[in-house]
Amino acid sequence: MSGELTCKELVELVTAYLEGALPAHDRKRFEEHLVVCAGCASYLDGMRRTIEVTGRLTEEDLLPETVRELLIAFRGWKSADVAGR
Amino acid sequence: MLLEPDAIRGRKGVVEVLGDELDELLAGEVGRVHAFMLTREGRNRYKKRNAGARTETYRCNVTSVPTRGSELGLERDVAAAEDARIVDALRAGDERAFVMLVQEHGATMIRVASLYVRNRAVAEEVVQETWLGVLKGIDRFEGRSTLKTWLFRILTNTATTRAVREGRTIPFSALAGAELGDDEPLVDADRFLPAGDRWANHWTSSPLRFDDLPDGRLLSSETVAVARTAIEELPEVQRAVITMRDVAGFSSEEVCGELDLSEGNQRVLLHRARTKVRAALERHFEAAEEA
Repeated sequence: MSGELTCKELVELVTAYLEGALPAHDRKRFEEHLVVCAGCASYLDGMRRTIEVTGRLTEEDLLPETVRELLIAFRGWKSADVAGR
Repeated sequence: MLLEPDAIRGRKGVVEVLGDELDELLAGEVGRVHAFMLTREGRNRYKKRNAGARTETYRCNVTSVPTRGSELGLERDVAAAEDARIVDALRAGDERAFVMLVQEHGATMIRVASLYVRNRAVAEEVVQETWLGVLKGIDRFEGRSTLKTWLFRILTNTATTRAVREGRTIPFSALAGAELGDDEPLVDADRFLPAGDRWANHWTSSPLRFDDLPDGRLLSSETVAVARTAIEELPEVQRAVITMRDVAGFSSEEVCGELDLSEGNQRVLLHRARTKVRAALERHFEAAEEA
């Protein structure tokens, strides 16, 4: 494939680009388009931000009960471990 | 493979980068370093610059920078030492170390376990069982993988066993076929100008800029909740891939191994998932702007 990339084509290549999976030639076309197209630059930026937001899902708090139950399990393990030695 | 020219090596915050170096950065592995961004002003000028302007600098925002190869090795050593410290503390029965480890990984573990089993309650049981397995096996941890990888390996094994017991035995790789075959366009066709237009297949109107949002909006708990819902609504394998990659932070290699997917299929599924989550966020921001 040669010639200029359209925006419609670019949005389908975004993940391959971010994963470093585009062949050099396609990556060059991708980046050439990006430099002249504010819409696609904005789209790619939005995709990076989306990944950032998704990464925040790790920060949810555990229920205190869950932590408490695990702590009880930990104490149980510890005393069994001591007894077993 | 290493990417950053001296201009941003080891630096954080707003950094001035020479046009030449920026070319190199953008042609390099910038995709892997999403922490590096041109500022808006920098981007506008960079786009318009002419080839002769070699000495101009452009402002970039660098939030974290990988270090050079030898230092990466060093970082690995530091991470391994940290893992060893935690493991020693657990072996010694240090409750605080245990609680910290639970807090760090617990929510992600429940999320990953939920990919395998029926509901959240069962996922919580799987996580509980996993921690017991971790404690029982802690003497066998030798640091050949990271503590996190080891932890999640036990988790997915426990979850798989539980899923089989529950009669859920269809592997992700078998489910992936249907999701891969589905070739609906991911971005609405009307976002692009129709055939026949001089600018056919270019944006009808530019996508919303996420970095124009007011401070704190992007990473607000409300936004994160929108992403969570969007992920929950994804087809099963896409949900599994994006959860493991972007939430739990595993490499594509690890995810391919765990879900038994080829590199290419994993990437297609990740692409679908991310595209849908991005669209959900965009709809959310636009609705809020209109309101």
